[in-house]
Amino acid sequence: MLRRLSTTLYQRPRLVLALLLGPPMLYMLVVYLGSLAALLVNSFYRLDGFTGQIVRQFTLATYADLLKPANLDIIARTTGMAAAVTAADALIAFPLAYFMAKFASPRLKTVLYLGVMLPLWSSYLVRVYAWKLILAKEGILSWFINLLHLNAPLDWLLGLPGIGGSSLALSPIGVFIVFCYIWLPYMILPIQTALERVPRSFEEASSDLGARPSETFRRVTLPLALPGVVAGSIFTFSLTLGDFIVPLSLGNSKFFIGQAVYSHQGTSGNVPLAAAFTMGPVVIMVIYLLVARKLGAFDAL
Amino acid sequence: MRSKASLGLKLAALGTLLFLHIPLLIIFLYAFTTDEATYTFPLPGVTTRWFGETLGRTDLWAALTLSLKVATVATLAALILGTLAAAAVYRSRFFGRDAVSFLLVLPIALPGIVTGIALRSAIGSLDIPFSFWTIVIGHATFCVVTVYNNVLARFRRTSGSLIEASMDLGANAFQTFRHVVLPNIATALLAGGMLAFALSFDEVIVTTFTAGQQTTLPIWIFSQLTRPRDRPVTNVVALFVIAITVIPIFLAQRLTAESSDTGGG
Repeated sequence: MLRRLSTTLYQRPRLVLALLLGPPMLYMLVVYLGSLAALLVNSFYRLDGFTGQIVRQFTLATYADLLKPANLDIIARTTGMAAAVTAADALIAFPLAYFMAKFASPRLKTVLYLGVMLPLWSSYLVRVYAWKLILAKEGILSWFINLLHLNAPLDWLLGLPGIGGSSLALSPIGVFIVFCYIWLPYMILPIQTALERVPRSFEEASSDLGARPSETFRRVTLPLALPGVVAGSIFTFSLTLGDFIVPLSLGNSKFFIGQAVYSHQGTSGNVPLAAAFTMGPVVIMVIYLLVARKLGAFDAL
Repeated sequence: MRSKASLGLKLAALGTLLFLHIPLLIIFLYAFTTDEATYTFPLPGVTTRWFGETLGRTDLWAALTLSLKVATVATLAALILGTLAAAAVYRSRFFGRDAVSFLLVLPIALPGIVTGIALRSAIGSLDIPFSFWTIVIGHATFCVVTVYNNVLARFRRTSGSLIEASMDLGANAFQTFRHVVLPNIATALLAGGMLAFALSFDEVIVTTFTAGQQTTLPIWIFSQLTRPRDRPVTNVVALFVIAITVIPIFLAQRLTAESSDTGGG
């Protein structure tokens, strides 16, 4: 019986393919793409302000709501933060990635790799919590700043308009530091991968042709590592765009996209506006991915 | 020939590494503080009494149990769906093969909030009540890809002639799967499964949209992040969560590293 079934299957590769592919594709198409479709549909509904009920009729009213200055402000603030975090992470990640790819012995490289993987995979929430401990007014960073008598520069920094605030934890600077920390491993690994693919012979050829090490780095290594930076930036950018945990845990009352989505679907039950809000990150990420693909970032993933 | 790294580069690399790890050490430190109301540093005193107190908290046990249950079921679903998809993509070329990979990666490539609010919209539109299963269904969407990636990578390193040999020697498809394919992909399944488990166990963004009033362990921690009420207990929970997520990651890393050394093919 089993043998006959086995033979039948062997003779019908298309059937086997359908049996293998059916369940996972059905799941992803129905649950995931179905939900994304529901999201899109919901963004064209609206919330009746008087009854608090969702009106299930096609309307552009919710998108008109989204284009109010206060909401555009939220989108601009979030995109700006994502760009700043991405740039900073690329700068912080590069030296370690470069060291791992070009100088570390195989043994040391394994250790360093684990050193990057562990924070990447250890609990995201707990790592945010760690920064709540660090940035607290009575916490370790204030203690350290006191020790070094750096209070005056810190106060100056917190006094800056736009990025300052009443304390580190409550200011955009604090949120920025935590975002940089949380997503940093996502930047290190693709840059390291890209750097490892730069053939040593290219760098040797460059130096044989008379380039100084700094010139070789700037004109050979760096351009070839760029796809890695772009690949890493996909993560740092996308993850910052959609996060609401960090600004809700620290931060002040100025919303990010994630917080707006979270609060609209929660307390006010305004799922349509929450849905319209997420279309922002979706559109931004689609454009970002298309550009990244042009720059060859997908090979470095 | 290997050139030497400059001192500046070494220091910068070391600095980045310290930046990554010092916050984790601080979690370790605070689990022992005697301070109940603030996050004072240096610690006013050292105690282990919060560990006992944490063990006695029934709300935490309930949250932990729910998280473990969700992670177990989501991982099982991911193991089955991920392996099926990997096998399909590996053994045949078909129209839209790239689309399969793309679709599976999408839930982790798009911001988590998109997945979350999308599921929330679907749940709302269909008037499905929030339950254990709404959480599991959400988690499975992004867990599938970790199993899929691990198993597909293993398939690509396994020589196809092994399967042909098994069939030539008279084994049917099921025997071949059980005696040849399964032992070959076992460690990949284990590694992918552990990553999926860790991913699910720690997930909060999607869960906030699919859980309704239920409290998983990450949701419990999140509530403490926004409105700290039980600081000492949260410190202990944080330490516990770090330990419980780091161990499987470490093991999964070992498993995939070893097999790529000896895998051949």
